[in-house]
Amino acid sequence: MSELISELDAAGMHTPVEPVDASHGILLYLEEVSVTFDGFKAIDKLSLYIGDGELRCIIGPNGAGKTTMMDIITGKTKPDAGRVFFGQTVDLLKLDEPAIARIGIGRKFQKPTVIEPLTVLENLELAMSGAKRLRGLMTTRLTGAEHDRIAAVLEQVGLLEQARRRAGVLAHGQKQWLEIGMLLIQEPRLLLVDEPVAGMTPAEMERTAELLRSLAGAHSVVVVEHDMGFVRSIADWVTVLHQGRVLAEGALEDLQADPRVIEVYLGDDHAAG
Amino acid sequence: MRLPAWLLSDRAGLALLAVLVVLVLVVPALNLLVPSDHPLHLSAYTVTLLGKYLCYALLAISVDLVWGYMGILSLGHAAFFALGGYCFGMYLMRQIGARGVYGNPDLPDFMVFLNWHELPWYWQGFDQFWFAALMVLAVPGLLAFVFGWFAFRSRVSGVYLSIITQALTYALMLAFFRNEMGFGGNNGLTDFKEALGVPLHADGTRTVLFGLSALALAGGYLACRWLVSTRLGRVLVAIRDCEPRARFLGYRVERIKALVFTFSAMLAGVAGALYVPQVGIINPGEFAPLNSIEAVIWVAIGGRGTLVGAVVGAVLVNYAKTWLTGALPEAWLFALGGLFVAVTLLLPQGLIGWLRRREAAA
Repeated sequence: MSELISELDAAGMHTPVEPVDASHGILLYLEEVSVTFDGFKAIDKLSLYIGDGELRCIIGPNGAGKTTMMDIITGKTKPDAGRVFFGQTVDLLKLDEPAIARIGIGRKFQKPTVIEPLTVLENLELAMSGAKRLRGLMTTRLTGAEHDRIAAVLEQVGLLEQARRRAGVLAHGQKQWLEIGMLLIQEPRLLLVDEPVAGMTPAEMERTAELLRSLAGAHSVVVVEHDMGFVRSIADWVTVLHQGRVLAEGALEDLQADPRVIEVYLGDDHAAG
Repeated sequence: MRLPAWLLSDRAGLALLAVLVVLVLVVPALNLLVPSDHPLHLSAYTVTLLGKYLCYALLAISVDLVWGYMGILSLGHAAFFALGGYCFGMYLMRQIGARGVYGNPDLPDFMVFLNWHELPWYWQGFDQFWFAALMVLAVPGLLAFVFGWFAFRSRVSGVYLSIITQALTYALMLAFFRNEMGFGGNNGLTDFKEALGVPLHADGTRTVLFGLSALALAGGYLACRWLVSTRLGRVLVAIRDCEPRARFLGYRVERIKALVFTFSAMLAGVAGALYVPQVGIINPGEFAPLNSIEAVIWVAIGGRGTLVGAVVGAVLVNYAKTWLTGALPEAWLFALGGLFVAVTLLLPQGLIGWLRRREAAA
């Protein structure tokens, strides 16, 4: 029975989380990372640095390796070679997905993935308890402090009025915000956001841009996005991925003038947009 | 006394508990106090039959916990039920003592028949009630934990997991059929006389077993209801509906799955242990894949993810089975299959889900 109890606890956190050491101004390091799937080089010696508090957009054609890069950072895929560090000290390649989530890396999926049968409030409660020991999950009540934190996040993502509604009945944009709220309540240092505005109305896009901009500073935010208008509205610094490598980095205006970038990616989109 | 909020808001559950309380009061009274020639008299057969239904209902709840709330379609839950049954059956075998056909005070009849001279090591301790009761929980729980630990860590899920659970119960059935296993082979364990010094065939014992089954069902229901109303319950729903999300929120999904699966197997074990003294036999047929599939059908018919639906489904389907296997034995499997198809097509949420939807619409 005592084994069971320790198992119960192991379902929660192993050790208290140390604060991430970003003293050199860089929060996330990817160095010479490569991964191959069945002979196809999805990521090819990719090196990328995300600054502390930075808002970075990553663009690139389909198959450029954007999602694979996210998978590597969040522990879903282990690379064949390279180093991935969170701050100065944390080797992300030694951790699995839950451990990486707990040290402060939140991942927003492309498709809104909120738990539809639960209310907005319950979704946030679920996210808040992510780092709890199992014993802490054996309760049906919220403490006052937890309630306040949930309310603060609800306000931040603009879902205060929706708190008691089932997540399944929310509009598409609201679901995306709720998912971002679920990440925020875990107080991550780094937020990885995969195509947040796909399928959103212009008004929703504008709100999302505002939200993401407001997060930079307190958090580092990495946004993978196809929509150029949206990228222009949020990021000062953009990385272009192509065939698993960084093709170019810079301000969006400069990149749009870069012939290499135009050739692989921006050309069509630019002409169309 | 005030009821906790999680129970107070569960009207269907309160109704179920009320029905169980009434049954516990009325059934023994109708059996023991009403003379046997009176039309209201309940025969010992009926009391036992009702007790059996309650054991099936507890098995159904254990299936619903893992399937309805955590999304694990176990097609092998009857294995845990049967293991619990065997553990308690071993205790009952040891209580026969020298009253067996061969009159051997140390060995059960089938071992004498096999020409064995001493009790195998894994039968030691089963003459003690407390030890057998502990094993009723420990054996199914341990198997489920080991199975779950490896299966969930390897991230086996969906239909593949269902197939493995089916293979598990099938393998156990074949193993228990073997005489060398030391569990009575084909015939299983039977010819029980008494438990805790009380004769099993007495009317009073049967009503007590019925009452214990009702108590176990109520306890199992309350435990599961509480569990799904805690934060852990919401984690289970998250695992069911979007496992990657739960994992990327920091939950160790495979451990939580293994633990809840273990708890569910223990409930199934208790159900089996209460079932065996009432039916008077446990044999390898209880491991038959069909039994596990039937349990899933009960839950589907009652309404998965509702707990109460599992109870309703188990009782209704088994009542229909009792009636139909008496009236038209060869039609039963067709009826069961037809019922499953009809419910899947017409009432995808099961009976309880359908009732809730009607209520919400009204």
